[in-house]
Amino acid sequence: MTSPDLTKTQASPASDRAGRGDPAGSGLALSLSGVGKRFGAVQALSDISMEVAAGEVVALVGDNGAGKSTLVKIIAGVYQPDAGEIRLDGKPVSIAGPRGAQNLGIATVFQDLALCDNLDVVANLFLGRERRQLGVLDEVSMEQEAWRLLRRLSAKIPSVRIPIAALSGGQRQTVAIARSLVGDPGIVILDEPTAALGVAQTAEVLALVRRLRETGLGVILVSHNMSDVLAVADRIEVLRLGRNAASFRAADVSVEQLVAAITGASERDRAERGEAPIGGTQQTKTVDAPAGETS
Amino acid sequence: MTVAADLADERLVQSKGLGGALDLVWRRLRGGDLGSLPVVIGLIVICAVFYSLDPRFLSSFSLVNILAYAAPIGIISLGIVLVLLLGEIDLSVGSVSGMGAAVMAVLVVKESQSLVLGMAAGVGVGVVVGLVYALLYTKLGIPSFVFSLAGLLGFQGVLLYILGSDGTINLPPNSGLIEFARFSYLTGTAAYVAVALVVALYVAGGLWKVRQRKRADLSAPSLVTLGVKAGLLALGLGWLTWYLGVDRGWSYLFLLFAALVVGMDLMLRRTRWGRHVFAVGGNEEAARRSGVKVGRIYVSVFVLTSTLAALGGVLAAGQQTSVSQATGTTDTNLMAIAAAVIGGTSLFGGRGSAYSAMLGIIVLQAIQSGLNIVGVDSSVRFMVTGAVLLLAVAIDSIARRARSSSGRG
Ligand SMILES: Nc1ncnc2c1ncn2[C@@H]1O[C@H](COP(=O)(O)OP(=O)(O)OP(=O)(O)O)[C@@H](O)[C@H]1O
Ligand SMILES: [Mg+2]
Repeated sequence: MTSPDLTKTQASPASDRAGRGDPAGSGLALSLSGVGKRFGAVQALSDISMEVAAGEVVALVGDNGAGKSTLVKIIAGVYQPDAGEIRLDGKPVSIAGPRGAQNLGIATVFQDLALCDNLDVVANLFLGRERRQLGVLDEVSMEQEAWRLLRRLSAKIPSVRIPIAALSGGQRQTVAIARSLVGDPGIVILDEPTAALGVAQTAEVLALVRRLRETGLGVILVSHNMSDVLAVADRIEVLRLGRNAASFRAADVSVEQLVAAITGASERDRAERGEAPIGGTQQTKTVDAPAGETS
Repeated sequence: MTVAADLADERLVQSKGLGGALDLVWRRLRGGDLGSLPVVIGLIVICAVFYSLDPRFLSSFSLVNILAYAAPIGIISLGIVLVLLLGEIDLSVGSVSGMGAAVMAVLVVKESQSLVLGMAAGVGVGVVVGLVYALLYTKLGIPSFVFSLAGLLGFQGVLLYILGSDGTINLPPNSGLIEFARFSYLTGTAAYVAVALVVALYVAGGLWKVRQRKRADLSAPSLVTLGVKAGLLALGLGWLTWYLGVDRGWSYLFLLFAALVVGMDLMLRRTRWGRHVFAVGGNEEAARRSGVKVGRIYVSVFVLTSTLAALGGVLAAGQQTSVSQATGTTDTNLMAIAAAVIGGTSLFGGRGSAYSAMLGIIVLQAIQSGLNIVGVDSSVRFMVTGAVLLLAVAIDSIARRARSSSGRG
C-alpha cells in the first residue's frame, strides 16, 4: 500500500494552498500600499509601498533598524499592520496570522530563524504542516522529502534526526531556508538568509533564489550584502527610518548609489535630480534623520 | 552496496547492527541525553538497599501493592508531564483530584446517583478546571504557577465544603469502582496472553517501520536489534507476570495506568498534536510563526492535566474506599509533581516522556513502601522524597549543561 499512498501524501501540501485557488508552482504577485506599524513610541514603518510580481526578485535593503524585518513580519502575518493595504494577485487580503500567511502561499525565513532547538531537523522542516497517514505522523515520507529539499540546497547536514541544537549556525540557516520551500509556496521571503552561510552555501542560496524566480515565484530578499543583492535582484527597494527611501532597477544601479540611498546621502541627489556627486554629501544625513527615530 | 539516502554524508558516524545501536546509546548518554537512565539506576539502588534491610521488600505481595498504589497518583503525574513539556506547572492537581473524588462520592452516596454519573461528574470537574486555567493563561496571561497555586488552596476549600460536617464519605462497599480499583487483578493464562499480545504488537510495529524505511530507501534499524529488544521485553514482562502472579497478579488499576502511559506516549511522539506540544515547549514563538495554534495546545494540555488529576482522584477514592478531608492534599500533590521530574521530564520544557510518570511514581512508591516495611516514620519519608527530588532536578540541570556543551540542546 505504500507507493500510491506516498504519492498521495506528497501531493497533499498543495491542499495547503486550496484557499488560493491557483495551480501549484505558479507565483503570486504581492503589493503593499501605505503600510504603517508602530511599536509604542517607535514608528517602525510609515506609509510603505512595495510591489513584487510573480517571477520577480525584489531586494529589500536598509540600515540596521530601518524596518526591514518588521515589514517581513507583517507580510508573514506575525504582526498586524496599523495602516495600509496588502494585495495578493490584486485582491486585498488580511493576513490573520502565520498560518493565514502559509495558507495564502507566503513562506518566510525569519532573521532569527525561529527553529525549535529540541526538535530534530525533519520535525522543524514540517512544523505546522506535518504529513500524516491515518492520523499518524508520516515520518518516512517527511524524512525523504527533507533529504530532497536539503540536497537541493547542497546542505551539509550529518543527519536529519539530530536536534537542531546540534547543528552549526549555517546548518540551521539552511534548515530554515529549506523549511520555506516545504508546502509549495507562491512567494518566498528571505530575511538575511545568507548571513551565516559559507561560500558554497551562499552561492547555492543565490542560485536557489534564481531558480525560484524561474519557476515563477515572487521572492523578497533582505540582505546587507550589496554584491549578493545586485547579483540576483531584479529591483531593489531601499528603506530608511521606516520609510521608502528609493527604488532601483538592479540593472542600472551601482553599489555606491545603493549605499548612498541606504545612508540617506542620496536624498539630496534626488532633490537635485541626481546631478550632485555622491561623495561629499554626508552632512545631509544628519539633516534628514529626525532625532530619536534611529534604532 | 548502496548507502541509504540518509547516511550519505561522509561525516556521519556509521552505526550498524546491535553493536552500532549500543554505541549510539553510549554516545547519547555521554552527550547528556540521559533520558530515563538515572531513574532506572536509582530504582535498582533503592531495591538493593531495601532488600538488604528487609527481603520482604521484593516479595510478590509487596510488588503487587507498589504497582497498585502507584497507579492513581501515576495517572495524576502523567498530566504533570504534559504541563512540564510546555514549561508550565500545575500545583493544584492534588486538590483537583480530591475535589473530583468528593463530587463523585457526594453524588453517589448522598444523592444516590448512579456510579457512572458520579464518576463522569468527578472527571468532568477536572475538564472544567482545566478550561478555566487555559482561559486564565491564554486570555489573561496569568502565570501557571500563580493560578494553580490559587487552585491548590481554593479547591481544597471546595473539598472541605462539599464533604460537609461529617468529613468522610465511605463509598458503598459493593461499588463497581471499589471492585475495579481494589480487587481486580489480571493473572494466570489471561495475563500471559496479554503479554504475548503486547510483544507481538511491539514486533509488528518494529517490522512495519523497518519495511517502510527500507522501501523509502532510508536506513532502517537492524532486525537483530529489534529481535533483542523484543526478547528482552518478552522476558521482562513474562517474568514479572509470573512473579506478580505468585501473589495476586497485575492490578487492573495499574494496567489502566500503563495503558494511559503507552497511549500518551504514542500521542506525544506520533501525532501532530504531540509534535506541537514539544514545539511549543521548545520555542513558543517559533511554533507560532510556523502556524502552530499555540493557544489550542495550551488549552488541550491544561484540560488534559486537570482531567487526569480528577480521574486519578476518583480512582484513588475507589482504591481507598472513601473520600476524606485529607484526600488529595499535600502528599498526593507532592508525589505527582515530584514523580514527573524524578522520571526525567525536564522542568525547562520541551523535553520528557510519558514514561517518566510511570518510572518516577514507581520510584516514589517503592521508597514509601520500603520505609513502611522497615518501619520508619512518615517524617523520614518526606525527607527522603525531598532528597530524591532534589537529586533528580540536579541531574536534569547537570545534563542540560552537558547537552549545551555537546550540542544536543
Ligand atoms: N517587537 C518590537 N517591539 C518594539 N520595537 C520593535 C519591535 N520590533 C522592531 N522594533 C523596532 O522597529 C524598528 C525596525 O526594526 P527591524 O527589526 O524591522 O529592523 P531591520 O531593518 O530588520 O534591522 P536589521 O538590519 O538590524 O535586521 C527598530 O527601531 C526596532 O527597535
Ligand atoms: Mg532585520
